[in-house]
Amino acid sequence: MSDELYDELILDHYESPYHRGELESPSCTHTERNPLCGDRVQLQLQIDSEQRIQQAFFDGEGCAISQAAASILCEHIEGKTLEEIEEFSAAAMLELLKVQLTAMRQRCGLLGFKVLKTLVYSHDAASGASA
Amino acid sequence: METLGNDFPILNRPLADGTPLVYLDSASSAQKPRVVIDALSECYESYYANAHRGVYQFGVQIDEALEGSRERIARMIGAERPEEVIFTSGTTMSINLVAQAWGRSQLSPGDEILVNEMEHHANLVPWQQLASQSGAVLRHIPLTDDGRLDLEQLSECLTSRTRLVAVTGMSNVLGTLNPIGRLVEAAREAGALVLVDGAQSVPHAVVDVLNPQVDFLAFSGHKLYGPSGIGVLYGRRELLEAMDPFLCGGNMISEVGLTESSWAELPAKFEAGTLPVAQAIALGAAVDYVLGIGFDEIGRIEGALLSEAQQRLAEIPDLVVHGPAIEHKGAIVSFSDERVHPHDMAELLNRKGVAVRAGHHCTMPLHARLGVVATTRASFALYNDSSDIDVLVDGIQYARKTLRRD
Repeated sequence: MSDELYDELILDHYESPYHRGELESPSCTHTERNPLCGDRVQLQLQIDSEQRIQQAFFDGEGCAISQAAASILCEHIEGKTLEEIEEFSAAAMLELLKVQLTAMRQRCGLLGFKVLKTLVYSHDAASGASA
Repeated sequence: METLGNDFPILNRPLADGTPLVYLDSASSAQKPRVVIDALSECYESYYANAHRGVYQFGVQIDEALEGSRERIARMIGAERPEEVIFTSGTTMSINLVAQAWGRSQLSPGDEILVNEMEHHANLVPWQQLASQSGAVLRHIPLTDDGRLDLEQLSECLTSRTRLVAVTGMSNVLGTLNPIGRLVEAAREAGALVLVDGAQSVPHAVVDVLNPQVDFLAFSGHKLYGPSGIGVLYGRRELLEAMDPFLCGGNMISEVGLTESSWAELPAKFEAGTLPVAQAIALGAAVDYVLGIGFDEIGRIEGALLSEAQQRLAEIPDLVVHGPAIEHKGAIVSFSDERVHPHDMAELLNRKGVAVRAGHHCTMPLHARLGVVATTRASFALYNDSSDIDVLVDGIQYARKTLRRD
């Protein structure tokens, strides 16, 4: 059965997520919750010396949109530099999902993205401080 | 079929895509009958003015309508005097009013306020705030596993230090109907007051504030088929008279000097500023509407819906309906499906025109107790009928098929 929102891409990632789990020694970890519905997404990155994301893993619980979006996000950002991530916009994230989300559901679709942005900014601040 | 749904214009208009609306979110806010909408329009179109201020024709007319509404509300809840009915913006403000206007002056460090795990945040957070302001201690009646107050443990939590028991008449998630009579009796013995959060209970069954005698009753107009923005605090006259005002400003004073003022009589003392006067009048129309149908009939309609919904949802595998057996609850069915998150459930039910609520419904401690982060809630009102349950069940099956491709 197909649904305009729960299309193949979303359901594929929801059922068989890309990199759901935890890294053994991540460069950074961050978790956010959507207080309205309790969705939770944790994101862990392995960042190499050239400031490139080697690996991205997510974990959490919540609706199909928040969890599938986090999975799609992990797949998308691996191999990208932090500089490229800074350019990565919310609109581009929503586009990756390939479905139209209402304002309410955009919070679900952007939960992992929000975690990523927080991670990258705090990682920047941390490396800036140590440089 | 002639159903009460015909009285509600919004229920007789299809959604934008042509799907009929199946409204199962009345515990959040009820839809409005034509008579309430008309009462609002009539007020604005034919006699609107500010209340308690104008000596001109409309000023007199609006005061009569407003006080008439207050009297009807007082009669509905069995209050002895209309001035025991204070207009507020809703249940939340009513409870905050008691917490601040009664609690700040009455509570000392070590005094106890007794709440419980099923309360809506509106009947929990104001008491947490009061506790931190006054040094009072917040205690909780534990719940049984099926979501009722565990009265066996009442004697341990209701002590000689308890000053107030704040309890909901009906849980907004589980539908649990609480034994207010027993709580009042126990509170009296302990010398504590009782505040009932009637947001959910008042629209569904007869409430008589004298039997059992509660000290405060808070409820909202918008869940009682009335307008949003208006609600009620009932308080026993002696208590209200002894309390200081909550909000200060116009209308609530007797005399104002440059450095101090004296307070107006009830109910004006607690009605500072311009009231949502049209809403208050239209709430009177909602009360007339509800009493015209009668709580016996409402109970019969909702009882049948609850029993059918509970039974049909229980037949669905891997779906858990939370809360007690139907004899202990009102017409609310909150459920969890093993593989469909409540947000997805609500979204997919929406495809079928079904409006339900998904989330924690402003009861995070209760959801922690249930061990889930969120639930899907279907709540019923006098305008629902059996066909709504058919659409709900079909919608749940649709959601399960959409998200379970195996």
